[in-house]
Amino acid sequence: MNSITQDNESTQEQLDQIKTQEGVSITDHDDTHTEHHHGPEKGIKRWLYTTNHKDIGSMYLVFSLVMFLIGGSMAMVIRAELFQPGLQLVDPHFFNQMTTVHGLIMVFGAVMPAFVGLANWMVPLMIGAPDMALPRMNNWSFWILPFAFAILLGSLFMEGGGPAFGWTFYAPLSTTYSNDNTALFVFAIHIMGMSSIMGAINVIVTIVNMRAPGMTWMKLPLFVWTWLITAFLLIAVMPVLAGTVTMVLTDKYFGTSFFNAMGGGDPVMFQHIFWFFGHPEVYIMILPAFGIVSSIIPAFSRKKLFGYASMVYATASIAFLSFIVWAHHMFTTGMPLAGELFFMYTTMLISVPTGVKVFNWVATMWRGSLSFEVPMLFAIAFVVLFTIGGFSGLMLAITPADFQYHDTYFVVAHFHYVLVTGAIFSIMAGVYYWLPKWTGNMFDIALAKWHFWLSLVSVNVLFFPMHFVGLAGMPRRIPDYALQFADFNAIISIGGFAFGLSQLLFVVVVYKCIKGGDKVPAKVWDAAEGLEWEVDSPAPYHTFETPPKIKN
Amino acid sequence: MTSQGKLIRNLAFACIGMFAFAFALVPLYDVFCDITGLNGKPSLEQAKVSETIDTSRIVDVGFITHIQNKAPFKVSADQAVISVQPGAMSKVVFKAKNISSENRMMQAVPSISPGLAAKYMHKIECFCFNQQALAAGEEADLALMFYIDTALPIEIEELTLSYTVFDITQSGQMGSSQGASK
Ligand code: HEM
Ligand SMILES: [Cu+2]
Repeated sequence: MNSITQDNESTQEQLDQIKTQEGVSITDHDDTHTEHHHGPEKGIKRWLYTTNHKDIGSMYLVFSLVMFLIGGSMAMVIRAELFQPGLQLVDPHFFNQMTTVHGLIMVFGAVMPAFVGLANWMVPLMIGAPDMALPRMNNWSFWILPFAFAILLGSLFMEGGGPAFGWTFYAPLSTTYSNDNTALFVFAIHIMGMSSIMGAINVIVTIVNMRAPGMTWMKLPLFVWTWLITAFLLIAVMPVLAGTVTMVLTDKYFGTSFFNAMGGGDPVMFQHIFWFFGHPEVYIMILPAFGIVSSIIPAFSRKKLFGYASMVYATASIAFLSFIVWAHHMFTTGMPLAGELFFMYTTMLISVPTGVKVFNWVATMWRGSLSFEVPMLFAIAFVVLFTIGGFSGLMLAITPADFQYHDTYFVVAHFHYVLVTGAIFSIMAGVYYWLPKWTGNMFDIALAKWHFWLSLVSVNVLFFPMHFVGLAGMPRRIPDYALQFADFNAIISIGGFAFGLSQLLFVVVVYKCIKGGDKVPAKVWDAAEGLEWEVDSPAPYHTFETPPKIKN
Repeated sequence: MTSQGKLIRNLAFACIGMFAFAFALVPLYDVFCDITGLNGKPSLEQAKVSETIDTSRIVDVGFITHIQNKAPFKVSADQAVISVQPGAMSKVVFKAKNISSENRMMQAVPSISPGLAAKYMHKIECFCFNQQALAAGEEADLALMFYIDTALPIEIEELTLSYTVFDITQSGQMGSSQGASK
């Protein structure tokens, strides 16, 4: 609370400062001008103490890239073990730690921080604000993250090992059967949750209060809209996650029985509470992606986004529906028929607004004068491959069918299509779209195309066959498998290694682009629209200290 | 307070509220399950004797026991399945044995499948109502007296009563731990 009120004052101060600066610059004009637009501090202090939304955005993005690589190497361990049937490389307990921590890192360390980083960079630029509304809290919400992940990763090296109960940490696996390092897992989740909540509050306050005059609600770029709705989802469900891990903590260490039948609790209740968080969480990881793709497709189709208003309403209804579908993850727990039907129909209902979105993207491209720059390539791949993930979701939503699919590789295929070719591809599309704006340099286009095509092919070799082994009955989260799955798993693993290696190209492209490259103009892409293209490239350290004029 | 301050305050309250809501889900879940019989938890209170008997149909009731965490007990019903008429009283004897060389306390937790049948299972007497003390090596006959409600939905033709057996020697009284207990 304390830091919140402080922040509040400090933005007030900043606003006052900005006002006086304007006053000064009117009288003194250009000679004092450079002084106000002072650059960042030098050295490590710049990053430790910064309250600048661009610095913080960059830190989030770099952090998320590091986590993506760490989580990715765990996936490589998993795929190496599964390359052949039988146990060869790692012992099953370590394998379980790998699947668990891979999931946790990718969800909380890679996808979510990347979106927060993009929000930090782009939301103020898109709405014509000088910074985020609560800059000091912004600094906090970033800097607690490395500690959370240090705790989580550190637990892997402790006696007994890290969490091994799956990213969903179902009780009693996480209570009765887990080791003593579970407390570290719980605290790590608590810290990640606090970071997300602070980030969400910041985004909401910024969007509500800091829009430039004339930036009305229905003029907001879709990335801003989707992030606003995501932020509300975060505020609604991250505290529930915090409550869930707290109950796990007290059940394990303090003798409560929330999830323990012996003391009157119920392990199935764990799943209800977890998925009440969990399903909105998966939409937290996809709504900002919808926003990014909705910015990119019009720019390279040279047309306005088709059905802007319907996009906003579709996003809001997806967010609302995401609260009443959670038990589709629990069809096999033995719910009564009425419950199964309710959750089946509401789940299927979600695909209606999702379908509206896909339709709008396709309609935007329809008869546009398309060009296929790298961000557009990723965006188109997103539309196609995310839709495949949506279809497998629909299949899983059919209750009687889910009894067969549940806990098989079919589910793994589903959520990797929506998360890797969905969320991650959209993040890459966004990075390629805005990186020239951030650095002032064009990236190495040839290398970026190599990155795209290699990723596109390998990701499908990696995840598409998982549908088949899943339908054939291969269970998920198992270090060994029956012989008939051997060939497919070898193919999957090869796809996995290829996809993993391709991402190193991404690192190279980004690194080279930060170091130098062809200079780009303010409007990097000729048909791109939005306030972010009106500031110089690279975007100056301070932007929109005087609110921009919004065209009608 | 500025409008920004108010917004921040409201958002902070919303977070605290949702944290509390996570815990409120615990009693809500129990209430919801009591009403709907969702989770197959039968009542742990002694029921009244039935007045009518539905002689027109027969329901198969199966009994299974499951020893949790290698608790040192052997428990099994003397009949695996019995056929009953709704409303008619039945008695089943469970043989329980403490196979360890120490005195132990045992607690059985019942659960019914399909879950919706739970609220139609009325127990007059059940060893699961209390914890059972079993001396080292002791063997005991534990009784269950129950009847099935005549209102049992017609589509349920068989149901299973499952007991999970816990060793509670250390943790003492059942329900002494707080939390989701009833
Ligand atoms: C048309 C939309 C969607 C439908 C109908 C749908 C449906 C489902 C269903 C029924 C399951 C449970 C499968 C099972 O465990 O048996 C599931 C799992 C999952 N879905 Fe989706 N889904 C959709 C979109 C998404 C999106 C957009 C995301 C995330 C970006 C997502 C992420 C996940 C994840 C992570 C799981 C697995 C969770 C786990 O058990 O570890 N889904 N989905
Ligand atoms: Cu879901």
